[in-house]
Amino acid sequence: MCRGPAVIDLPRHNANFCAEHLQQLCRRQVTKAIDDFEMLVPGDRALVAVSGGKDSLAVWDMLLELGYDADGLYVGLGIGDYSDDSGRYAEAFADERGRRLLTVDLRGEHGYDVPTASVATRRVPCSACGLSKRHLFDRAAVDGGYTVLVTGHNLDDEAAVLLGNTLRWDVDSLARQLPSLPARMGMPRKVKPLIRLTERETAAWCIVRGIDYQVEECPMAAGNRHLGYKETLNGLEAASPGAKAAFYLGFLDRMAPVLAERAADQVIGLSSCVRCGAATTSDADEPVCAFCRLVEVASAHEPVPVGMVVGRRARQARR
Amino acid sequence: MKVVLRNPRREVEVHGARTVGRLLEELHLARESHLVIRNGTLVPGDGRLEDDDTIEVRPVISGGFH
Repeated sequence: MCRGPAVIDLPRHNANFCAEHLQQLCRRQVTKAIDDFEMLVPGDRALVAVSGGKDSLAVWDMLLELGYDADGLYVGLGIGDYSDDSGRYAEAFADERGRRLLTVDLRGEHGYDVPTASVATRRVPCSACGLSKRHLFDRAAVDGGYTVLVTGHNLDDEAAVLLGNTLRWDVDSLARQLPSLPARMGMPRKVKPLIRLTERETAAWCIVRGIDYQVEECPMAAGNRHLGYKETLNGLEAASPGAKAAFYLGFLDRMAPVLAERAADQVIGLSSCVRCGAATTSDADEPVCAFCRLVEVASAHEPVPVGMVVGRRARQARR
Repeated sequence: MKVVLRNPRREVEVHGARTVGRLLEELHLARESHLVIRNGTLVPGDGRLEDDDTIEVRPVISGGFH
């Protein structure tokens, strides 16, 4: 029986936890995810995609604590003060741990930022941002000789994506929604060690470990569909603790194997971008990947201030 | 007690001791998506908050496209 002071109640485990036992729980869940899905092997050089938020700093911290060789990568998205602050949290963490933090600046290196890309391509900001990050993470990992790319996607993230994919019966996306993807065609192995932890647990990890992170929400994410799915799932979780884990981990256990053949078919359909060599689903004679198309349009557009996009999103949300 | 809320950052004053669970209910905030911090230390749902405490209620949901 633990006599330490409780710091958090976790209804899905039907218990309160002290700081030490909370950390033990988190380490065990991450270790189980890594082992179950063969995410990391001895000798791996890991690159952690770091946003400065709780999840990416928590996963970087946990991997270092578990003895893995892990550096960080931060992409400056050009979202005003939010990006400036986020970058400082990432740098402070890397400095404290004495680890290398690679940085890529969208505006400086590719001639655009996320607000501009959103307007220039008429994509929602999160879509332009996600596309840019996925491409740059892959490229940095491969160019840097890293064997695996680590992201901080947690149980809430994955359950929300699963809910969205299921509501649309997007079978191709469902087939791809795996926590460990093998290296292929210029892309590194990609893993998500936090899939067994909720974001309340990863935030608690950061607080008990004294990790300062970006608490403010990205100004452009407000009102997006992903957040709505999370709120819906948290409503289910409140009524039935453990519902999110049962939904997502049950999918991995019982549904993902059924879709495995479909996932394999998608790899066969890839070709190489004629500009950058990245894998693309384009079937054109001279295929150009989505990132190169985005760079072409966004870098030719005059810079768009953050406030313009935020204001537009707010007006759309009120309609 | 003084309660600091985030996203956006603001403060509200709440009078009288109560548990964390009760405070979150009164503020209409879901327990699954918030943590409560007093002097840098997390407080669980049944933890008691006193009138002279300064409390941060920190949201843990982050958005973004995956």
